[in-house]
Amino acid sequence: MRLKDKVSIITGAGSGLGREMALLFAREGSSVVVAELKEESGKRVAEEIQKEGGSALFVKTDVSRSADVERMVVEALSAFARIDVLVNNAGVNPSRTPLAETSEEHWDLTLAVNLKGVFLCSKVVLPVMMKQKGGSILHIASAAGLIGCSSRAAYSASKGGVVGLTRSMAVDYASHGIRVNSICPGFIETDLTHSYFDDIRRDPKRWQHIIGLHALDRIGIPSDVAQTALFLASDESSWITGLNLAVDGGFTSVKRI
Amino acid sequence: MRLQGKVSIITGAGSGLGKEIALLFAREGSKVAIAEIQEEGGQATVQQIEREGGSALFLRTDITRASDVERMVEKTLQAYGRIDVLVNNAGINPSRTPVHETSEEAWDQTLSVNLKGAFLCSKYVLPVMMKQKGGSIIHIASIVGAMGCSDRAAYAASKGGLIGLGRSMAVDYASYGIRVNTLNPGFIETELTRVYFDKLREQDPKKMERIIDHHPLGRLGRPEDVAYAALFLASDESPWITGLDMGVDGGFLHCKRI
Repeated sequence: MRLKDKVSIITGAGSGLGREMALLFAREGSSVVVAELKEESGKRVAEEIQKEGGSALFVKTDVSRSADVERMVVEALSAFARIDVLVNNAGVNPSRTPLAETSEEHWDLTLAVNLKGVFLCSKVVLPVMMKQKGGSILHIASAAGLIGCSSRAAYSASKGGVVGLTRSMAVDYASHGIRVNSICPGFIETDLTHSYFDDIRRDPKRWQHIIGLHALDRIGIPSDVAQTALFLASDESSWITGLNLAVDGGFTSVKRI
Repeated sequence: MRLQGKVSIITGAGSGLGKEIALLFAREGSKVAIAEIQEEGGQATVQQIEREGGSALFLRTDITRASDVERMVEKTLQAYGRIDVLVNNAGINPSRTPVHETSEEAWDQTLSVNLKGAFLCSKYVLPVMMKQKGGSIIHIASIVGAMGCSDRAAYAASKGGLIGLGRSMAVDYASYGIRVNTLNPGFIETELTRVYFDKLREQDPKKMERIIDHHPLGRLGRPEDVAYAALFLASDESPWITGLDMGVDGGFLHCKRI
C-alpha cells in the first residue's frame, strides 16, 4: 500500500492514462478525486474504484476554468480533508499540424488545457500543500516536450511549457517539502489514441517506422506511465524533484544509426 | 516482493549506496550477489541479508580486472542460475581536484574503477542477459557527470562517460529486452562520505552549508533515496524505460535559486 492514507487529485481521470493512474493509486491505498470534464466517464471511474473497495469522488472539472478548479479543491478537502498528490494529466491534442497550418483556435485550446490548466490546478492546490508542509505534484507532459516531433506545433509548445514549469515549481516549493516532477510519455495506446494508431497500422511501413523509433520495439501502454507515476507520487521518491522523466521506450534517449 | 524470483549482482555492495541497494533488493525478494573488493564489508552485507531471511553470496571482486569479473559472473550463475539485474555501483573519488592539480595516477585509478569497471561488468553480464532475452542494468553515475561541479575533474570524466555508455548500451541491447538506465545521485551521506562531510562541518561550515543549499529539498541524500530509485528501475514496474539518466538529487540538477 504505497500510497496508504494519501489523498490524490488526478485530472482527466475519466479515461486513458488518468484512469489507469486513478485505479492504481486507489489500489495502493490512496483516496482519489477523479477530476474530469466528461461526466459519464468520470463517474464510471469513481464507481470502478469504489467497487474494488477504494475511496473515490468524481468532480466535474474543466481545468482551463479557475472557478472549476477552485471548486475541485474545495470538494476534495470537504470529502478528504487533505491533498497529498496532484496529477496534472488532463490534456488535448486537437491538431496534428505544423505551425503554419495550425489554427489560432486550436492553438488557444491546446495551450489552455495542457499548460494553463496545469498552472491553474497547481496554483490552487499549492497553498493546501504548503500548509501541510509537503506534497507531490506530478505533471504529465510528453516526449514531444523534450524533443522536436513533426506536426505537433501547439502540442510541443504546451508540453515544453510544462517541462519548464516543472523545474520552476520545483525550485520555488522545495523549501515547503513539495516535490514537483513530470513524466514525459512517448506514444501510448489508450482508448483515445486507439483510432489514431489503427489508422497508422493500416500502412505496415508507417507502423514499422513508428515502432522503430522506440528502442524497446513497442509503443507504450497505460501501466508503463501509471507505475512511474506511483513511484513519483509515493514517499519512495522523497528526494527527487525537478525531473522530467521520459517513459517512452527510448524514444528521446537513443538513436539507432 | 517487487523483485520476486530475480537475481541481482551489485558491485561495491560492502558499504554505502551499494549496501543499501543490496539490502532493499533482498527484502524485495531478489537473490543478491555482493561483488565487493573489501572482504569485511562484503561478508557483513551477506550476513545481514541472511539474518533478514534473504539469500546472498559474497564474491570478492576487483572490477578493474577482467578475470575477477568473469569469475563474478561464473559464480553467480553457479549459485543462482541466472542474472536479471546488474547494478554498477562501485566507484571511487580519490582526488577532489581540478584538472591541473589532478595526478595522472588519480586520473587512471578513477577512470579504471568508475568507468572501465562498469564496462567490464556489463561486458560479461550482457551475454547472459541476451540469452535470457531480458534484464535490467543500472549504472550509478552522479550529478557530477551531468553538470559541471568544481574540483572534480577525474570523477566528472568518469561519471559523464558512464552516462554516455549507458545510452549507448540502451540502444544496442534494447532489441534483446535489456534495459539500461543511469542514476545520478546528489551528495549522499554514507559511512564513506561522512568523513568528508564531518571534516567540512568542522573546518569549513560555510561550504557545508553551500553544499546543502545546492539541494532545494534542503538536506543531503540518504542511501535509501537512491536504493528505491534503483528498485524501480530494476523491477518490472519500468518495462518501457531505457536510456535514461535520472537525478536522485533533491533538485540539485534542475533548480537554481536566483
